[in-house]
Amino acid sequence: MSAFLTYLITGLALGCSFALVASGFVAIHRVTGVVNFAQGTFAVVGGLAAGSLLGRGLPHGIAELLAIALAGVVGLVVGIIAIGKRGTPPLASLVITLGLGILAYAVEIIVFGDQPISYQMVPGAVSVGGAQILTQYFVVIVAALVTFAALGLFFGRTYLGKALTACASNPYAARLAGINVLRMGLLAFALGGLLGGLAGVLVTPLQPVAFDSDVTLAINGFAAAIVGGLNRPGLALAGGLVLGVAQSFVAGYLSGAYQTEIALALMLAIMIFQAGRRGAVVQEAT
Amino acid sequence: MLEVTDLVVRYGQATALDGVSLSLEPGEMVALVGPNGAGKSTLVNTLSGIVRPAAGSVRLDGRLAQVPEGRQLFAELSVADNLRLGAWRAAGGRARRDPARVYEVLPVLRDIAGQRAGTLSGGQQQMVAVGRALMADPEVLAVDELSLGLAPIVVADLARHLRELNAERGTAVLLIEQNARLAFDLCARAYVLEAGRVTAAGPSAELAESPEVARAYLGGTTGTEGVRER
Repeated sequence: MSAFLTYLITGLALGCSFALVASGFVAIHRVTGVVNFAQGTFAVVGGLAAGSLLGRGLPHGIAELLAIALAGVVGLVVGIIAIGKRGTPPLASLVITLGLGILAYAVEIIVFGDQPISYQMVPGAVSVGGAQILTQYFVVIVAALVTFAALGLFFGRTYLGKALTACASNPYAARLAGINVLRMGLLAFALGGLLGGLAGVLVTPLQPVAFDSDVTLAINGFAAAIVGGLNRPGLALAGGLVLGVAQSFVAGYLSGAYQTEIALALMLAIMIFQAGRRGAVVQEAT
Repeated sequence: MLEVTDLVVRYGQATALDGVSLSLEPGEMVALVGPNGAGKSTLVNTLSGIVRPAAGSVRLDGRLAQVPEGRQLFAELSVADNLRLGAWRAAGGRARRDPARVYEVLPVLRDIAGQRAGTLSGGQQQMVAVGRALMADPEVLAVDELSLGLAPIVVADLARHLRELNAERGTAVLLIEQNARLAFDLCARAYVLEAGRVTAAGPSAELAESPEVARAYLGGTTGTEGVRER
């Protein structure tokens, strides 16, 4: 029983971290239509920067916030390069983000070194039903839930959030209404950077992060985000939780070697399912 | 109000508008008719500022809002949100974004305010598109293809609303329309645009009498000329 609880709660926390990476994918894709392959990089930058700043003696809180802000700036820079030129097709932007993600390896190694970094954020463990669970897991869960609630309110209730949605929904009409679609896209990239940075800062205490951790982070985040068609934050959260719990149980009861394979299998299954369904809708419409 | 002089617009090598001049007085309703590809939409997009002219000038006193061809609503957003976003450019904060003033002119929209725009019928969507443009409080309303794909009874209703807007608020209307009969009926003055040039202009009644215009746009001949070419 206590093993089950441990796997469940760590799985939920893992899922929340996937969901945070996923939220960055969603924020950017929803507004610009671009699948941002540098999303894992934002998380890595957040984690490495937080570890490095804490190592230099900055207090908790400030170090983490600075790291998240840095990830936001990186997000903005990636956005400027990927969509800054008007009329860049989303697929071209996708390839640019992929290239920037690889370029980031070099920069990260120069700035932070090539060794995995970890740090302690909230120490200690909590006893739940006889199981000892690291407090950090609960920090991740709470932070993710708060972030998703805030995102939901932002996109669903605020004027700026509606305008961001409008840019993806119909860029031409958005321009006619006077909305600066390019500026909104850059805002989305900055937001994606902040969300990725938050994910990285929260995850690094649980699993050390190195310059090349972005692939695993991005695969899991993408698998979660694709559940909502890369556009729906709520479904991305659900997808992240399912994926996290599944991975945790497989790692606990079978073997820890299959975690990424589970994400890839889930991603493929969802994409095939959605492709099939979309075809049906198109057929109905015509 | 609106003064377009010798406007030239090119897309790469292709010339979409080749020296177009037209004018619109305050409170006037003017029609722009012409075949597909004549440059009508290019002209309104230039007036809206999203296409840059290669030469010529556009002088506009006040605001112009466009009802684009094909409605172009934000399908995932509610009707009310579509309307609110129409006021994006307008200064004045929350009060300017309240769709209530558009509901007064187009009461139908109040009943469907909570529906997602993508689920509406074509006529309702066109109504939302007009309402969204009105949210910008324009002095000139440029309507690109009012009747396209809509049932005649729906078109008649929309036309009545445009006429009311024009009469009660003094909003000038530039109506781009393939259905020349409707355009000439609504507007006192009209321009004919063909292959990027204005080929005829004047009072609608005179244009409707002109044999060339009648043959090309009114689907037949006028009473005065009984020749039918095959």
